[in-house]
Amino acid sequence: MDKNNQAIHLKKEILVKVIKAFYSDNFPESTRLIPFEMRPKGSEVPYRCCIYKEREIIRNRTIAGLGYPMEGADERLLLSGYAEGSLKREKPDEQMLTVLELACKGCVPNRIFVTDLCQGCVARPCLENCKFDAIKIVNGKSQIDSSKCKLCTKCIQVCPYHAIVKLVVPCENVCPVGAISKDEQGHARIDFEKCIACGKCVSACPFGAIHEKSQIIDILNKIKQGKKVVAMIAPSIAGQLPGNIYQIKTALLMCGFYDVLEVAQGADITAKNEAKEFAQRIENNEPFMTTSCCAGYNNLVDKHMSEIAKYRSDTKTPAYYTAELCKQKYPDCISVFVSPCVAKKSEAQKNDNIDYVMNYEEMGALFIANKIEVSELEPTPFDVESSREGRNFGIVGGVAESVKAADCNKTDVKPYVINGINKDTIRELRTYAKKGECDKGNLIEVMCCEGGCVGGNACINTIRTATKSINDFTKDSKPICE
Amino acid sequence: MNKITVKICMGTTCFVMGASQLQELMDIIPSKYGDKVEIQGVPCLEFCNVNTESNAPYVAVADTIVKNATVDKVLETIERKLGYGQE
Ligand code: FES
Repeated sequence: MDKNNQAIHLKKEILVKVIKAFYSDNFPESTRLIPFEMRPKGSEVPYRCCIYKEREIIRNRTIAGLGYPMEGADERLLLSGYAEGSLKREKPDEQMLTVLELACKGCVPNRIFVTDLCQGCVARPCLENCKFDAIKIVNGKSQIDSSKCKLCTKCIQVCPYHAIVKLVVPCENVCPVGAISKDEQGHARIDFEKCIACGKCVSACPFGAIHEKSQIIDILNKIKQGKKVVAMIAPSIAGQLPGNIYQIKTALLMCGFYDVLEVAQGADITAKNEAKEFAQRIENNEPFMTTSCCAGYNNLVDKHMSEIAKYRSDTKTPAYYTAELCKQKYPDCISVFVSPCVAKKSEAQKNDNIDYVMNYEEMGALFIANKIEVSELEPTPFDVESSREGRNFGIVGGVAESVKAADCNKTDVKPYVINGINKDTIRELRTYAKKGECDKGNLIEVMCCEGGCVGGNACINTIRTATKSINDFTKDSKPICE
Repeated sequence: MNKITVKICMGTTCFVMGASQLQELMDIIPSKYGDKVEIQGVPCLEFCNVNTESNAPYVAVADTIVKNATVDKVLETIERKLGYGQE
């Protein structure tokens, strides 16, 4: 879905308000007033039935902005109470996503529907072809009995007038692992046993009903307490804002971060280790290896695709190595991974070296609240300059290329890229695992998001322009294989 | 007729709030209107300070400010200025 939509705008607006409230003299009270400030008395009601419902929805979204789940939120507890609670919290919530039930209600469950275009034809191929006896004729036109319909879509295929359509629930439809579905009340429910935290539902929902629980207040609170809070910026950040990574570093320092490290530094280690591992595996006559840097893919393998686990590289992710370096350099620091996607939150949870995750939207909101013009700032250099290949990790094909480059032409590397995890590519990967061979290549890069990390659910820029600016930036960086 | 200048604000606030998605106008506008319309990406237009981020992104089409700008809104404003559909 196009990212220039009101649902995404609203989410970001609320993040800015929450951060501004945190900076104000009275955080709890300023937070309580957010819905009133955004929908003052007498203001127009852009989306819902009345101003009270609008405010209630904003209130709920603010709860997610404060890092709490919206499901079963206590209606009696004022936002000020939530704000106070968020300051006392020591650990972020375990589940990363939360559903705004009030917004979710509007969308009907998956079903097949005969439109007015039905001509009531004599042939009635729909009736003829339905194996489940779900079509009946009412007033000369076809109708579907949803209690019998199995959503096979046969009738859609055979209708000569294209009069039958499938109404899909966007979040359910986009989830590659069937982890989300509507319950009896019509609310989307995420099954966290199955969820791989890919964030596709967050981007797909036209009501913006699925939120990440933000950790931004936890991070700002640590900064305020005077802790050494260090940001680790993922490679895809280079394409997110007007301004380069050196200026983004300056901006983050202005917001109170103690230091900023490039995750591309860890990506260099990943690429080198993975190249070694790959050469070893090929020497051992293994048919192929998949990359292991993408958190969404790793969750997929761990939860749903154990058959491919032995082909997945054992090398750690760039975030892993960077966080390790970060904690070596500053043993008493609080480390924050600055991320394009929600999947990295799940990785952070399993890694004691990563304390918090801030996504790009939250970072953008932070800059807005601080009135920072990134492109006008003086650049700040990094202690360690990363390689071109490490800096290209966030664009599709970049990881495989970097492993190939780090191998310095010693092994016969044939890269192949899975550009986005969906039901089809999952099937494809399963086939390779089952057959124990892949005819497309021997090094399979798997990217959960189409376009790579620049396609992550929390990215600000479009995939196309982000990819272009990363390429422009990295062409002058040093090569990984000297 | 005078040339119309379209300025897309590329300041941080506007960019984060949605101007990133307006960059395709850089391709659409020249191919659609040729040299009747000139398009520029510009630094902060300062509207974000007056009107807050809530109405960003801002785009200036000649002397008209488009708030909460989208590709369609900007194109509509341009066509109004060009006098399309008024005859
Ligand atoms: S950033 Fe656009 S008006 Fe300031």
